[in-house]
Amino acid sequence: MSKMHVKLTVNGEAVEGLAEPRTLLIHFLRENLGVTGPHVGCETSHCGACTVDMDGRSVKSCTVFVAQAQGADVTTVEGLVNADGSLSVLQEMFREHHGLQCGFCTPGMITRAHRFLMENPTPTEEEVRFGMAGNLCRCTGYQNIVKAILAAAEMMKAEDTPSSTEGVGQQKVEAAE
Amino acid sequence: MKDEVQTPEERSAGLKGMGCSRKRVEDVRFTQGKGNYVDDIKLPGMLFGDFVRSPYAHAKVVSINTEEALKVPGVLAVLTAADLEPLGLHWMPTLAGDKQMVLADGKVLFQGQEVAYVVATDRYAAADGVEAVEVEYEDLPVLTDPFEALQSDVVLREDLAGQTEGAHGPRKHHNHIFTWEQGDKEATEAVLSEADVVAEEMVYYHRTHPCPLETCGCVASMDKVTGKLTLHGTFQAPHAIRTVVSLISGIAEHNIRVISPDIGGGFGNKVGAYSGYVCSVVASIVTGKPVKWVEDRMDNLMSTAFARDYWMQGKIAATKEGKITGLWCHTTADHGGFDACADPTKFPAGFMNICTGSYDIPTAYLSVDGVYTNKAPGGVAYRCSFRVTEAAYFIERMIEVLAIKLNMDAAELRRINFIRKDQFPYQSALGWEYDSGDYHTAWDKALAAVGYDDLRKEQAQRLEDFKAGKTRKLMGIGLTHFTEIVGAGPVKNCDILGLGMFDSCEIRIHPTGSAIARLGTISQGQGHATTFAQIIASEIGLPADDITLEEGDTDTAPYGLGTYGSRSTPVAGAATAMAARKIRAKAQMIAAYLLEVHDGDVEWDVDRFVVKGDESRFKTMKEIAFASYNQAIPGLEPGLEAVSYYDPPNMTYPFGAYICVMEIDVDTGEHEVRKFYALDDCGTRINPMIIEGQVHGGATEGYAIAMGQEIAYDDMGNHKSATLMDFFLPTSWETPTYQTDHTVTPSPHHPIGAKGVGESPNVGSVPCFSNAVHDAFRPFGLTQSHMPHDHWRVWKIARDLGLHR
Repeated sequence: MSKMHVKLTVNGEAVEGLAEPRTLLIHFLRENLGVTGPHVGCETSHCGACTVDMDGRSVKSCTVFVAQAQGADVTTVEGLVNADGSLSVLQEMFREHHGLQCGFCTPGMITRAHRFLMENPTPTEEEVRFGMAGNLCRCTGYQNIVKAILAAAEMMKAEDTPSSTEGVGQQKVEAAE
Repeated sequence: MKDEVQTPEERSAGLKGMGCSRKRVEDVRFTQGKGNYVDDIKLPGMLFGDFVRSPYAHAKVVSINTEEALKVPGVLAVLTAADLEPLGLHWMPTLAGDKQMVLADGKVLFQGQEVAYVVATDRYAAADGVEAVEVEYEDLPVLTDPFEALQSDVVLREDLAGQTEGAHGPRKHHNHIFTWEQGDKEATEAVLSEADVVAEEMVYYHRTHPCPLETCGCVASMDKVTGKLTLHGTFQAPHAIRTVVSLISGIAEHNIRVISPDIGGGFGNKVGAYSGYVCSVVASIVTGKPVKWVEDRMDNLMSTAFARDYWMQGKIAATKEGKITGLWCHTTADHGGFDACADPTKFPAGFMNICTGSYDIPTAYLSVDGVYTNKAPGGVAYRCSFRVTEAAYFIERMIEVLAIKLNMDAAELRRINFIRKDQFPYQSALGWEYDSGDYHTAWDKALAAVGYDDLRKEQAQRLEDFKAGKTRKLMGIGLTHFTEIVGAGPVKNCDILGLGMFDSCEIRIHPTGSAIARLGTISQGQGHATTFAQIIASEIGLPADDITLEEGDTDTAPYGLGTYGSRSTPVAGAATAMAARKIRAKAQMIAAYLLEVHDGDVEWDVDRFVVKGDESRFKTMKEIAFASYNQAIPGLEPGLEAVSYYDPPNMTYPFGAYICVMEIDVDTGEHEVRKFYALDDCGTRINPMIIEGQVHGGATEGYAIAMGQEIAYDDMGNHKSATLMDFFLPTSWETPTYQTDHTVTPSPHHPIGAKGVGESPNVGSVPCFSNAVHDAFRPFGLTQSHMPHDHWRVWKIARDLGLHR
């Protein structure tokens, strides 16, 4: 099958490559670019393990063609660490509150939570549970994930300087908006 | 010096040993997306494999034409049974003593069965190749009902024709696999015939699936130069896989290296050996290149390792005061097309004979018939220890059914039948020796915590309101007291395919006082790297943060049987403590030498040996570690390391008391879990944070199973639940919030008293949720309604009871 030339920005870096038009974004990220944070859990948009941030929205990259991401600004969990390489507030809170076990859903979960907290910086527990319902976890029963996200929201509100704590990923996305 | 001003308590806290909620070391990489799962592995020249699967549940395979597939760009080879036959690999042994087709050998026995294996340069080309393989089938009559299968003239397994002896005794019918009997049949029948009261019920625990978020997969890489096969894969038992691969392939075991990288959840799904592993190894040998195979979700739900599917006919006898006198159970077990259950060899129905539960039942009898049907093989322990979940569901439903018959409160019925604290160690009527328990204390604590009496009053008022037309919601109170049996197991009666179920730990202390430990187990999210380091920290006084933990590489880790059945802490955790104690014993000799006293004149104090009666004279473990390598000590070899292979003397018996309060809308069948209280007693607690996390997760799996999750087939054997659209995994929106609690009754035979906890919440929560649904409808005469209690089925209960207007 003939290949097309795709160019996009991933975690702040301009990348390009050749891909079949049918290539899914998740496979381009994982196999062409070696960005293996986002995972494949179902290939039908149900589980959210493949969640990435694309042009300021959470998308499930297992049902997006890389062709649709032409020119897009994509952030994965790898792009969420602070500029100095330390864990972001959200990542730290997931660890602090035991919001992960096997770690397979975690990249998608944190990437979705990152966008969710930009959409709603002061959520209630109910809003977190609704806003995160597109991401499945088989290990934690969500209780500590919800706790981690609420704690991160509190900390980010207290710091009130999201761009300095949220790192390059967020800056890029904000620029794109 | 700072050290001198620290109290023993402060020094102990600095170790982050047992009992502290140490944050997980795994999370630093996982939160950044830097885990290393099998699909993340990319080797030079790596190829991809994918399966052609059967659309039929039962059919002859007339022909397979691979010609067109081989023309597809990127497709390099298509393997069929005919290609594997000369190698003797077209069939493989199952863990249950049966054999299973690797690729369809003349026929297929379930929808989704592996028919051909396409090898291509990438996963897209492999999928194209799969589409292009032409298979001609001739369909055969389908059997999806195990009771019908035992009567039918239709033969599912012609390969077993004439075999009247199965792996576990005589076969009664051509679709019968085994009969397994425990307990005293005659005595139990006598008790039943003489009892004041006998309650009888058919309890069905439906077919479901562990469905970890990461599916099964592997990367096989045969190095033709060295002759060494490296097999990365999602293996819950990497050493067992190495031995099995060696035995069936003929490759010498030292030439096989099995590596389980990070595993994205297992829950029993990743215990078995699957066609994908065998075909990938063969493809790597044939092509000389690494070959990756990773299931998609449909493959996973259709072909690898279902769980449960037990029809349990029960009779429970009691005095009119409610003292249970006998229990009888006959189970019809649907095993699918091949018997691929993952159970210890001597236990074809796993530990189903724990079905007397938490109760002092003097007489009992259990028989289990295994049956072939046209469904996928498996029968794994989905977050439970070998059919314990089925057993717990059975007894906890039978108790409720008996309570209805006796018109008694189910909490009180449980209380008067619990095994008392002073009866431990307790010999059960079905052959187990329960190690320790204090059920009455746990039960009373649980009832008090939820305000049980007030809940019953509220429920009674609600019922009045419902009858008066003031509400359309009923209230159900679900009760469960479960006893688990985990930590398989003693080699004298526990093996899988002849491999004894001990486990192991090797600890090596470095000269500067840090350490590495390697175990025969493999974490799939349980946090072994965090908790096992805590055991070592408490045992030898080195900070947990200075201890690296490695698992899953058979070239470096000591032999062990892996992680499933809540066996890691009971078995490998014990090995860890024992290895650490060997190190401490040598350290004591070194300390005594350095302090110029006799070995017996020093005593252990948190992280050091102190001269008895003189606290100012001591050697810390760090100092001892350095001396062990660098100082000539008469009579002692240099170095400080130890290995322990631990053969447990008994199983451990964790238990718990769970209570659920549920609101049910009779008009829609919808439910709301208002409260879920989980009290677990897992003996000594290593990391409370991780224990609570395990309880949340296991209870959520239980919630899914009880309230909607099932593997369903239609009469033609079509799989009706092969995507996450149809197979219920709860989201954060539906999932209840859990209130956790605990009591601590250490195991008397485990070195640190720990019993294991990972599976308790699945075992305990399923009957708890189910009992809540039943309890809501108890006043209207409901005794038993099969799971899953999805909205439709609950609506149907209400309709059948005439509760709809």
